[in-house]
Amino acid sequence: MKSPIFVGYLTMVRKELVRIFRIWSQTLLPPVVTMSLYFVVFGGFIGSQVQPISGYSYMQYIVPGLVMMSIITAAYMNTVSTFYFAKWQHVIDEILVSPMPSWAVIAGFVSGGIIRAFLTGVLVVAVSLFFTHLVIFNILILFAAAFLTALLFSLAGIVNAIYAKSFDAISIVPNFVLTPLTYLGGVFYSIHLLPPFFAKLSLANPILYMVNAFRYGFLGVTDVSIGRCFAVIAVFTLLMLLWTLILFRKGAGLKR
Amino acid sequence: MSPAIEISGLKKVYTTGKTTKMEALKGVSLTIQKGEFFAFLGPNGAGKTTLISILAGLGIKTEGTVKVHGVSIDENPDLAKSFIGLVPQEFNFSIFEKVLDIVLDQAGYYGITRKEALPHAEKILKELGLWEKKDQQAQALSGGMKRRLMIARALIHKPQILLLDEPTAGVDVELRRSMWEFLKELNESGTTILLTTHYLEEAEQLSERVAIINHGEIIEEGSVQQLLSKLHFVTLLLDTVETINEAVMLLLRGEPLVRDEEHVLKLTLKPGDTINEVFRKLSSIGIHEKNIRTTGRMLEEVFIQLIEKK
Repeated sequence: MKSPIFVGYLTMVRKELVRIFRIWSQTLLPPVVTMSLYFVVFGGFIGSQVQPISGYSYMQYIVPGLVMMSIITAAYMNTVSTFYFAKWQHVIDEILVSPMPSWAVIAGFVSGGIIRAFLTGVLVVAVSLFFTHLVIFNILILFAAAFLTALLFSLAGIVNAIYAKSFDAISIVPNFVLTPLTYLGGVFYSIHLLPPFFAKLSLANPILYMVNAFRYGFLGVTDVSIGRCFAVIAVFTLLMLLWTLILFRKGAGLKR
Repeated sequence: MSPAIEISGLKKVYTTGKTTKMEALKGVSLTIQKGEFFAFLGPNGAGKTTLISILAGLGIKTEGTVKVHGVSIDENPDLAKSFIGLVPQEFNFSIFEKVLDIVLDQAGYYGITRKEALPHAEKILKELGLWEKKDQQAQALSGGMKRRLMIARALIHKPQILLLDEPTAGVDVELRRSMWEFLKELNESGTTILLTTHYLEEAEQLSERVAIINHGEIIEEGSVQQLLSKLHFVTLLLDTVETINEAVMLLLRGEPLVRDEEHVLKLTLKPGDTINEVFRKLSSIGIHEKNIRTTGRMLEEVFIQLIEKK
């Protein structure tokens, strides 16, 4: 016999899975197309002219960063759009009137984000095999970095959706915060190649640590120590979790 | 035995601007017993939906206490919510989902697996005439069907209390009557029902007790009979044999009568007025009445009188 809360959680996860596959051309296909273009243009055309970095070809070097970029975007976009639409159409009331505790509701939404992030990550890795061969240095670190990052950005998507009062407000963060931080987060380069000032400035970007932890799992190379990478990811994830729980507890943006 | 719903000193203040506040509920107190059919009557903006939202866990109260089956919504909100099923005023389901999925998913949020919920879902959907539509997306349903779907969804976890926020708004007469029958049967089977409406006929037909709410305050509460006894005047319709024209009305000047239709006079009696005087006057000018009837809007008259008085 399953616990009632677990049944509620599974219901939310099932619903998310059905939605992700029902609209696969919106949820799973776009990152595959975009990343294929990155592989062709940056890895193939431009990358062939670039010196190897840390002993790996440029294509091999950027694959982990690009996979991480798609994981971050998928996790964030899944929860921000699902949650905001549910709030906007009041569909979230179906869950809020039920006896499901806040943490279980958050877990349900976050799981949707993580599932979509993993599906996207696997598809992008599969596409990358057409351009380069796969190296896996440490699979545990690889999965831990992917999981924690997907968790962090799924939570961030919920927070954004809770505060959002319009559709514009759910596109501001991805366009003006997430994309610049990801592009400047060491996806396409090692920070050791930057002038000292910009190398130091890059250390203030949390996405740098996620990309490097993930790249370490694949290639065994990182710009910052792996311990520091996980410490930064863990602290940000915990803070985001606390923020989400507080917002749910207060009913901010959810209850009238 | 604890009542189904106990509300005491319930206040709700909405902050509408930086400094502006709107008091939607001004200390409402109310007790609804288990098995009752209770109606909340009030004009738009009276505070009905705010009250329902707080009870269902969708609204945050500013002050006061609310208990559901003796359970405080502050101390154990999840348990309190498990007693309640909510039918909101606006459609709030995903229109892209199938009818059966909407109902079964709701069961899931209450801890009931799809397998366990399926027989009950079939029963309710059949009773509400939606079983044939179970595999259709909700967007394919008519307005009345969507409203019935919300009732089915609210009943899937077999709640002891059903809250309905204007359930028949915009529903045609035939469907409204069939929904009334369904709700009556549900109440007879033991479900406590709290309904908000501004259809006075609905409150009169369905409920044992009525509360009239206006500007966030309960201005009158009691059985339908008790409320009717508070009428300050009674309106009756007299069907006449003779045609009522302007000449007749001139002769009836000073009497509490107005022409309603060609063969209908409307009679308004204040306390102390007797109907015999009016009949004598009518007889003296050669007008004979065939029939006397009420307007059928007795509660509406109480409602209007009370709202105007306050």
